[in-house]
Amino acid sequence: MSDFSRRKFLRLTATAPLAASVLGTNALAETGKSLAPITGTTAAAPKTVRSFAPMTQQVARKRIQEQHLPNLSMFTHEGKRVLFYDDLVKNKVVTLNFFYTHCDEVCPLVTANLVKVQKLLGAQVGRDIHMYSFTLKPEEDSVDVIRNYRKKFGAGWTFLTAAPKDMEKLRVAIGFTYPDPAIDKDTTQHIGNVRYGNEPLMYWSACPGMAHAEFVAETLQWIIHPR
Amino acid sequence: MYYNVFGEKVSKRRYKEMCDAAKNRRELIAAGLTSRRDLMKMGLLTAGGMLVAKSGLSARAQTQSQTGAGAPATRTNNPPSSGSNTSPGTNQNCVPGNQTQSPTTKPFVTPLPIMPIAAKTALNTFDPQPTNDPNTSSGADGTEHRAFGHQGPERFPGLFPAATMLGNNYYKIHQRQFTTNQMSPQLPPQTIWGFDDGTHGPISPGPTYQAFYGVPQMTRNINSLPNINQVNNTGFGFPSVTTHLHNAHNPSESDGNPCDFYANGQFCDQYYPNVLAGFSTPQFSGTMGDINEALATLWYHDHRVDFTSQNTYKGLTGFYCLFNNLDTGDESTGFHLPSFPQFDIPLHFSDKVFDPNTGDLVFDLFNLDGILGDKFLVNGVIQPFLHVQPRRYRFRLLDVGPSRFYQFFLTGNINSNPTTNPFWLIGTDGNLIPAPVQVTSVRIGPAERVDVIIDFSSFAGQTLYLENRLNQLNGQGPVAVDSQLFTQDEAVNTECTNVLAKTTPAIKMAGSGDLILQFQVSSKAVKDGSADPRTQTFYSLPSTTDTPRLVRTFKFDRLNGQWSINGQFMDCGIGPSGFSETFRFTVQENSSEHWLLTNLTGDWTHPVHIHLEEHRILSRNRKPPTVPTDLGRKDVTQLHPNERVELFFRFRDWLHKYPIHCHNVVHEDHAMMALWHIEATGDNIQVP
Repeated sequence: MSDFSRRKFLRLTATAPLAASVLGTNALAETGKSLAPITGTTAAAPKTVRSFAPMTQQVARKRIQEQHLPNLSMFTHEGKRVLFYDDLVKNKVVTLNFFYTHCDEVCPLVTANLVKVQKLLGAQVGRDIHMYSFTLKPEEDSVDVIRNYRKKFGAGWTFLTAAPKDMEKLRVAIGFTYPDPAIDKDTTQHIGNVRYGNEPLMYWSACPGMAHAEFVAETLQWIIHPR
Repeated sequence: MYYNVFGEKVSKRRYKEMCDAAKNRRELIAAGLTSRRDLMKMGLLTAGGMLVAKSGLSARAQTQSQTGAGAPATRTNNPPSSGSNTSPGTNQNCVPGNQTQSPTTKPFVTPLPIMPIAAKTALNTFDPQPTNDPNTSSGADGTEHRAFGHQGPERFPGLFPAATMLGNNYYKIHQRQFTTNQMSPQLPPQTIWGFDDGTHGPISPGPTYQAFYGVPQMTRNINSLPNINQVNNTGFGFPSVTTHLHNAHNPSESDGNPCDFYANGQFCDQYYPNVLAGFSTPQFSGTMGDINEALATLWYHDHRVDFTSQNTYKGLTGFYCLFNNLDTGDESTGFHLPSFPQFDIPLHFSDKVFDPNTGDLVFDLFNLDGILGDKFLVNGVIQPFLHVQPRRYRFRLLDVGPSRFYQFFLTGNINSNPTTNPFWLIGTDGNLIPAPVQVTSVRIGPAERVDVIIDFSSFAGQTLYLENRLNQLNGQGPVAVDSQLFTQDEAVNTECTNVLAKTTPAIKMAGSGDLILQFQVSSKAVKDGSADPRTQTFYSLPSTTDTPRLVRTFKFDRLNGQWSINGQFMDCGIGPSGFSETFRFTVQENSSEHWLLTNLTGDWTHPVHIHLEEHRILSRNRKPPTVPTDLGRKDVTQLHPNERVELFFRFRDWLHKYPIHCHNVVHEDHAMMALWHIEATGDNIQVP
């Protein structure tokens, strides 16, 4: 947050409506409304506190979606137009990783490894778990290019391309970044991890794309059939 | 004072060149020369991925005037490159990571909670009854998930009672979800996870164990978290657990192995023998172990592989204090340390983020680097206060993480001219050091502990603060923690971190850091039965002179964002048994080894933790350690950027599987962990 927006934020919080609503599990207020102190609370309750929207599973899920799973328009290797959140991730168990076709170091290793993972998962892929690979260089990787790349590796999951600015948005949203901006820009150092998640249950983590395929497959089973 | 990556002092000019090299490299990349091919075409990058040794480009290149032409770019005694293409030798802790923005909270309005002492549970309530081998029958407590039989009674039946013969030393602990408004009166109630001993209800941090050497005990850890197949989540946390007792000299089936996790409806009986290391060796069999290996401040936490950061952030942590007939917990006996629990207080430090709109505790699920919070909690409360008497107290400081390092100062006179006040360091990683050392600050990283004595007798009626003055911007580690570029205590302006448009000091000025805990010292003089630290001595340090059977090297690295050890990644290898069956190397029982931890890629600090046995730090970049917190026995060692740390180990008593891992739990969850074994016969793998 820049200095300016931080100051602005602090000013906003200082003037936000306040309500006594901290004791008791149901003491939740709607944003922007003040509440009278809840009867039965102790005298220790502060006179004024800021009010907050209720915490629910829906709020939590929406927060994850808004911050990390943008509903961007993309094209599959078959040229089909899809929306990232609505069509690819919502209500699904997924893996997300990045590649580009001219990458000669990490990507071929990861893609070949994921082919092994796919074989280990067998018929679950496309049914219980959906695997997606996104190109880091959409300006080079058209639908035809990624279709050929997919075929070359014998991969059985979905490869995607999109407008460069959208792909960059997705990369940042799923946290595939490096804190040093110079290294972050260097595509040869791009993140080789595989993000995995169970969207409706809100279980998310990541594993190295180059980890042993057997272990990656085992890891994915934990979120397909949580245990 | 400036240092290069080899720990050698360098001139300011040379140091400036190192910084410039980093800057030039960034500019090259910013100019669009982003691919390795481009750089190779220009002759600026070698095929091995290293920048050529050109002055002003590689941080390792040196000016001719200093070393003469043809100075090698790297030294031959470096461990071989694993092919990493991270830039060598740069030190650029640059960009703030988490955009933290929690709602404002009022500090020092809530008293510091002190966790209750864990309550025992009668054996006859255990259903099914404990067994030495993993339980085959189920009962009201669920079904057992344990890798193998209890080694204590099975391998040493004369020394350790059977699982049902531990007298009244049983605990039944449920991991449960609960809702609390403990964190701040300005925040809504939070739904988190904690430990329930059956008496105190679910709490986080969990109840504090008061354990004693020579008194084995058993904890039945029951997963009573929400059903893992139902949506019952606040946006993070995976209700699948395995509880590790951090630093205990415990048999591996009770250690809480990261791969031996279980969901709701299952439990694990963890047998804690509370025994000194070395008890099974001829040298120490008469004394049931080496007294100089006595442990004092341990902690327990979830260790679920891939999900530890979320689960511990959500509350699955607690203290385990271990006493003996010297460190008694009674100031009228033994070492005369301040009495537990009144004057001997565990302090559990964690940093967290809350949603600015909803006030909910939030966790960045999509972070690979490490997570920082902008709210500082002690014992589960944001910035609490503690009433103290003007006398000596023992505090046990624990950094729970996930990724924050702290440098604690005792600050007084906060409103006008802040003062820095000395206190006594008495223990590192929960182990008493040979004698108290007076310090003005202590630095700890994730999972590390320090035990300190603060004497409030000269502060009657005053207000003091425990203040963190260490500057840390993101998950990479503290600004300028790099022990080669900066000495640990030196407040410096870090030219390499200049991207923030202003210089960032490594250590903030007194009073301008994070005031985390307020001490309100009462004015009435009291009697103090504890000993003066100036006069005290504790245990001696175990020797490190044994010839090691083997020297093993562990290179901590980041390969395209994938956290690795020796170029490999965590692998549980869970077999048909349902338990982890794979491992990287085997240590030989009753042998000594040296482990070299290296971190030559720059940028990142890794707090490295090794289970089962403690270690001592022999050297940092080939020089003996100097910082007081490096001198005692350790179970976590901070591995700074561009560093090579050599550790001494003795492996004894318990067999089978344990991990080595980074305890920045975000790195740990992303595969910076390896499993190893200890068995009667070891292997000779030097780079596992």
